[in-house]
Formats: sequence, C-alpha cells, structure tokens
Amino acid sequence: MTAQTFTHPWRKLKLTLSHRLADFNPTQWLISMLLPATGIVIFLMLWHVGAGQINTSLGTFPGPLDVVEQSQSLWEGHQAERESERAFYQRQEDRNAARMADDPGYTPTIHSYPGKATFIDQTVTSLVTVLAGFLVASVIAIPCGILIGLSRSTYLAVNPIIQIFKPVSPLAWLPLVTMVVSAVYVSDDPMFEKSFITSLFTVTLCSLWPTLINTAVGVANIDRDLLNVSKVLRLPTFTHIRKIVIPSAIPMMFTGLRVSLGIAWMVLIAAEMLAQNPGLGKFVWDEFQNGSSNSLGRIMVAVLAIGLIGYALDRIMLMLQQAVSWDKTSEQR
Amino acid sequence: MTQTHLELSGVGIDFPTPKGPFTALNNVNLKVHDGEFVSLIGHSGCGKSTVLNIVAGLHQATRGGVLLNGREVNEPGPERAVVFQNHSLLPWLSAWENVELAVKRVFGKTKSRTEIKEWIAHNLELVHMGHAMHKRPGEISGGMKQRVGIARALAMQPSVLLLDEPFGALDALTRAHLQDSLMEIQAQLGTTVIMITHDVDEAVLLSDRIVMMTNGPSATVGQILEVDLERPRNRLALADNAHYNHLRSEVLTFLYEKQRKIEPFSARTTASAQAKKKTEVA
Ligand SMILES: Nc1ncnc2c1ncn2[C@@H]1O[C@H](COP(=O)(O)OP(=O)(O)OP(=O)(O)O)[C@@H](O)[C@H]1O
Ligand SMILES: [Mg+2]
Repeated sequence: MTAQTFTHPWRKLKLTLSHRLADFNPTQWLISMLLPATGIVIFLMLWHVGAGQINTSLGTFPGPLDVVEQSQSLWEGHQAERESERAFYQRQEDRNAARMADDPGYTPTIHSYPGKATFIDQTVTSLVTVLAGFLVASVIAIPCGILIGLSRSTYLAVNPIIQIFKPVSPLAWLPLVTMVVSAVYVSDDPMFEKSFITSLFTVTLCSLWPTLINTAVGVANIDRDLLNVSKVLRLPTFTHIRKIVIPSAIPMMFTGLRVSLGIAWMVLIAAEMLAQNPGLGKFVWDEFQNGSSNSLGRIMVAVLAIGLIGYALDRIMLMLQQAVSWDKTSEQR
Repeated sequence: MTQTHLELSGVGIDFPTPKGPFTALNNVNLKVHDGEFVSLIGHSGCGKSTVLNIVAGLHQATRGGVLLNGREVNEPGPERAVVFQNHSLLPWLSAWENVELAVKRVFGKTKSRTEIKEWIAHNLELVHMGHAMHKRPGEISGGMKQRVGIARALAMQPSVLLLDEPFGALDALTRAHLQDSLMEIQAQLGTTVIMITHDVDEAVLLSDRIVMMTNGPSATVGQILEVDLERPRNRLALADNAHYNHLRSEVLTFLYEKQRKIEPFSARTTASAQAKKKTEVA
C-alpha cells in the first residue's frame, strides 16, 4: 500500500483530521479511556460487595448506592436551606416595608440568617481557606526560597531550621496557632473569622516547606554556563533574578507548589476536624458525632468530595505549570 | 595592527582541591594585537578553558594578570564577550530575545528602540539566522544554536571575542560552513579573537597565530606558530598548498610528538572523573 493513486474524499478528510489531532491513535485512545473505566467499575463492585459485609453500630458500611442517595439528599438539603434563607430575608423586608409605611422615622434592621452551614457551604469554606493558606505560604516561600538558593551562607544558616520544622504535623501547630490568633487578632469588627485565620495559618505553616525547599534547590542548581552568561553581561541583581534565576527554577518551583497544595488540603481537613473550624473537616466530625443512620453515608460523600477536590487542585496546578513552563517537552504528570 | 591589545603576563592559577592546591597554569605569557585572530590548541584538560576564563574574568589568576588596553582585567564584562563550549543560550528565550538581552544591556542607554531592533536583526542576519529568529533554542539545531551564541557575542561589539571550542560539537559540514562565516565576519569587523580548538585544520585555516599549550599540571605556552597565509583563505585551495600543509604538520608534531600524552589511560579517566565530581560539588 505504498502508492496511493486514488484518495477518497472521506479518507482525505479523515487524514487531515488525524493530522490536526497530531498523531491521534484510536486504539491508544480507546485503551486510555477503557482501562481507567474498567478500574473504576471493578472498584465500585468490590466496594459494593465489601461494604455489605461490614456492620457497624450505625448500620452497614455505606456502599456506592448509599453515597449517591446521600449526595442527593445533601444537595436537596442545601437547596432547601437556601430557599428558607431567601424566605427569611424576604419576611424581614416585608415587615420593615410595612413598618416604614406606618412610621416614616423608623430605621429598619436586618437580622442575619441563623441557619446552619450545609455541605456545600462547608466545601466552599474549605476551598477558600485552602487557597488562602496556600497563597500566603507561596508568597512567603518563593521569595525566601530564591534568597536561600542564591546564597550558600543563607542556605547553611537556614537549613537546620527548615529541616526541624518541615516534619511537624499540623496537629502540633494547631493549639499554638489558635492561642496566638486569639491573643493577637483582636478586633471589634473583624474582617475574617478567627477560625478562618487559625485554619489559614495552620495550612500555611505546614505547606510552606516543599515550595521553599524546592525553590531553593532549583535556584542553587542553575546551569553554571547561564550564570557565566549573566556575569559576562554584568546583569544587575534584579534583572539576573528575573531573567535567569526565576525561569531556571520554575520547574522545581512548581514541583514544590504542587506538593505544597496537596499537603495544604490534607492539613486543612485535619485541622478543621480537630479545631471544629468551619469546613469539610467539621462536617465529617459533626456527622460522626451526630450518629444517625445517614451519617456514615454522608461521611463517605465528604471523603469522596475531599478526594475529588484534591485531584482537581493538582490538575489545575499542573495546567498552570504547563502554561508557565518554557520546557514544554519535559514530562509533567 | 601591531599595537598590543591584550596581554597575559605571568598568568598562573591554583585550584583548591582536597589534596591541596592544584596548579593548573603557570607563567602563561601572551601578547595579542588589535584585530588579531589567535587560536589556543592543546590536549584535553591542559587548561585552555581556564586561560579563556581568566581573560573573560570568570576566574581570577592566582599569579600574574591580564591587561586589556593597558588596564587590568579582574571581573567579567561585555567588552570581552564569550561564546561558550555549549552555546549557553537561555532556553526560555527565543533567538531574538537571547540577543536582545545582551544588546539591551550593552546599548540600552545609547541606542534608540528602533536602532536596537535593527542591530539585533543585523547580527542575526550576519550569522544567517534571519529565518529562525523567533524560535527557541529547543526548536533549532545545534549549529543554529551555536550561531545564535556567536550573534549574541558579536552584538555586544566586544573588543575581544572569546570562543571556547565554538564548533566542537558540530558535524563537519556545519562546522566548515560556520568557520567560513566566522572568517568573513572577522574580516568585516576586525574584531580581536581568541579561539580554543581541538581541530588542527581549523586552527591553521582561521588563525593569524596558533598558541600551542603544554600539558598540565602547570601548563604554559609551549610554542607559538605564525600563520602567514594570504587572506581571504579558501579551504579547497589550501588543501594542496605546501605551506599550509607544512604549518599543519608543525602543529601536529607539537601535539603528538613533543606533547604526547604520557599518562596511562586509566590515570586520565580517574583524573577526569575527579574533575567532574569537583564541578558537580561546586
Ligand atoms: N574549578 C576547578 N577546580 C579544580 N580544578 C579545575 C577547575 N577547573 C579546571 N580544573 C582543572 O584544570 C585543568 C584544566 O582544565 P580546563 O577546563 O581548562 O581544560 P581544557 O584544556 O579546557 O580541556 P578541554 O579541552 O577538555 O575543554 C584540568 O586538569 C581541570 O581538572
Ligand atoms: Mg575546555
């Protein structure tokens, strides 16, 4: 089939299409879709069978069907809560409007809705907290990492401190952070909740280290020749950092950032459980204390949500890395 | 042309090693005239790159010193542009941007924005890279990268151009092509050039003088050969030229008879392995 004398239009279209999709291989694609799907189906089956065998004081262990049912009920609960919140404010407005009509001098007051946070609210709280904590950690870790990587003496001075604090569990930090935040963060009209600040700093303290270390290593290992180029050009320090140091260190920096974000997410859930700070961790703990027949199913929903969010966060970081990185050929998984 | 432009006098360097200082170079003396093309040739590891790095200011001589136009050199600077052994382009910048970084640094205050653009384009054209100016180093061939490296160095309008085995990693055809380009550019600009090479033909073809170095440790200038061939030189015409062949055999005699490597092979490999380790640690 070397001499192609006749090209059918359909075949031609297929050819250009496959060229467009840059060596798109249908078999490869099928395999790459089929295998994960098979894995998930087998897992669901094993889970279903296994869950039925485990009996707890709160009933059998939740299987996939319970999880689907509970996630529906959690979603409906969320909708209902939103609806009653809307109605609550509506009632107040109506009442205020009526009183204003009677007495024009009356200044209306609006009471805030006293309802409890739903699963969705807790998820949003956790997401906001993890991103804020991670952002603070990155803003501290990247410049410090660059500084440490640039100077061998700074590195030698700071290294023992990093090595000691790196393995500290969030649970050890939590009481200290809580006490310090209560003592220091005093304000009549706080912009953020104390619990938010506590969770945020616990996350920051634990997720600082991978970014810091990786950035420092990336900066310290810049190609000697590139440093020589910079010296021959006599680049001013700031240009040197901007044009040579940061681009060289970006791959390592992102490796660190991804590890940091993963840690941040794990740490946050644990901190929320322990400190009873709003978020998914608190949701899990409350359900556990609640001990209704639905609790285990709801906890399982939270577990899956935690996993999916963690996965999504990592994918987003990977996409960011690919967008920022100059080395498109390097394998990034 | 006879005025001394660059002078190395009594240059020596000791590298600190765990076993005490290692004297890589000792008493290197050399005078280079303005516009001259000088090649450094010698066996691997004898200290050619070290000499070049001292002239560039990237290494500090332990003894003696380097004078450029009568002033002592003690730090790197753009008036001594270097083309490194492995191109050393910034991989995250396009060919254009790599040259731009250097041009902005050297002419940012004296040239206008359009002049800078023209100057970058001019230098890339000079090395025949006009067609791939906006590609990144990862997207161009080894020869093209080396050409961009040369364009970057030329664009700094250096008073001395330092080339460390600029064509070492290239195939014979590309190498011949770039050698011709370099001869052409040097004839046009009259830049003073010091080039390290392993290639005897390259040295004879391009140079006004060939500086042959003895083996280290304590390497120094062994012999200097004047290449008094007419310019412009044509490699094909020279192949049958008796004088060219005589010069060639002089260099070969120096390298393979007077400065034969006497170390046994195993000793050399361990030595180079150690040197490699050293650079990794540093
Ligand atoms: N930073 C250093 N520390 C210790 N020893 C060094 C250092 N740099 C070079 N040397 C030693 O100095 C000698 C000369 O090295 P140099 O790189 O100048 O050789 P070269 O002639 O350029 O070799 P090649 O042709 O292989 O590039 C070698 O023996 C090397 O081991
Ligand atoms: Mg060398």
